[in-house]
Amino acid sequence: MERVARHRDREAFQCLFLQFGPRIKALMMRSGSDADMAEDLAKDVMLTLWRKADLYAPDRGTVSAWIFTIARNVRIDRLRRQSSRPYDDIADLDLESPDAGGEEVTESNQRDRLVGEALAELPPDQRRVVEMSFVQDMPQAEIASALDLPLGTVKSRMRLAYAKLRERLEIVK
Amino acid sequence: MKIVHHPDSATLVSYAAGNLDEGFATLVAAHIASCEKCQAELREIERVGGALLDTVDAAPMSPAALERTLSRLDSVIVDERPAPKVNGSRRPDFPVPLARLLEGGLDDIAWKTVAPGVSKHPLPVSRAARSRLTMLKIAPGTKVPDHGHGGMELTLVIKGSYCDEFGRFGPGDLADLDEHVEHQPVVDSPESCICVVATEAPTRFKNVFGRILQPIVGI
Repeated sequence: MERVARHRDREAFQCLFLQFGPRIKALMMRSGSDADMAEDLAKDVMLTLWRKADLYAPDRGTVSAWIFTIARNVRIDRLRRQSSRPYDDIADLDLESPDAGGEEVTESNQRDRLVGEALAELPPDQRRVVEMSFVQDMPQAEIASALDLPLGTVKSRMRLAYAKLRERLEIVK
Repeated sequence: MKIVHHPDSATLVSYAAGNLDEGFATLVAAHIASCEKCQAELREIERVGGALLDTVDAAPMSPAALERTLSRLDSVIVDERPAPKVNGSRRPDFPVPLARLLEGGLDDIAWKTVAPGVSKHPLPVSRAARSRLTMLKIAPGTKVPDHGHGGMELTLVIKGSYCDEFGRFGPGDLADLDEHVEHQPVVDSPESCICVVATEAPTRFKNVFGRILQPIVGI
């Protein structure tokens, strides 16, 4: 990612494309897009990554998390046909300096690992709700009707999942 | 000025995942623009998106996809890194996601009076949006009649303040209410209270409670 941002390195971009393209395509398909559209959107996300590479701040999260946010915004604009401008408006608030210290990056990577662990340890019913939200792009009310649960139960599962995540991250704070 | 009321953590999770309807997402973004605590939390929750993207089963791309994308790179105009924004941009009275929707400033709004002491002004949302954004200006001392909600409702205070059974809400505070909640807000600031309310589109109101505020405020 560094090489794409600093040197506009095409080979590095190619690696990212091969690694993430098929995952973004899968994400779009799980969000209700057909295969052709999903591929189109995945290419769009990768082009946006190229365009915004300079804005990537390694101390804020991994490349995966950053790519997820780009994919999320493309999904809002093109699949939902709503506007992702509110997300963009606040994306660059308080942008850290380009040369984030090594310590911050290490700490950020550690946090990512903890988030992955916390997700893996979630009880299946909480994990399901989180996946439906992030991967399938389902609003709370849709999750509730798909699982035949009261809306309040969906919300409380999300809150519980979030609380576990926080608990995990507290260790490094 | 201290922000005391934040979105429910389930609301923040849905925002990070990208599946709040536009009106709600706009208000959450406007709150985050002036709330460092929620800004930091959002970044942590977005890591979940990254972790899940890493574990999703890949769907192979067509053989030509990479070549085609590479051939388009040269025509992409690269975004410059913007100058870091200083704290001066944290202005709860004019958060960027809302300022963009207003043509002039707060003083240029063509308010429409809908009840004694209450006026409103709609803010635009995309055609596909199933939520509505309405600015309300409520005169000091005005009691909004006791009402429930037909669905999710978010209220962000821009100026002035109000009180209800959940506490006092000032600039930057976000009230995150669901359909089971009934409340009776009273404006307690010496100036009018200006706030923005995101509601589900009227067709989605399911019960009579939701209709109680509707005829009065028309949202």
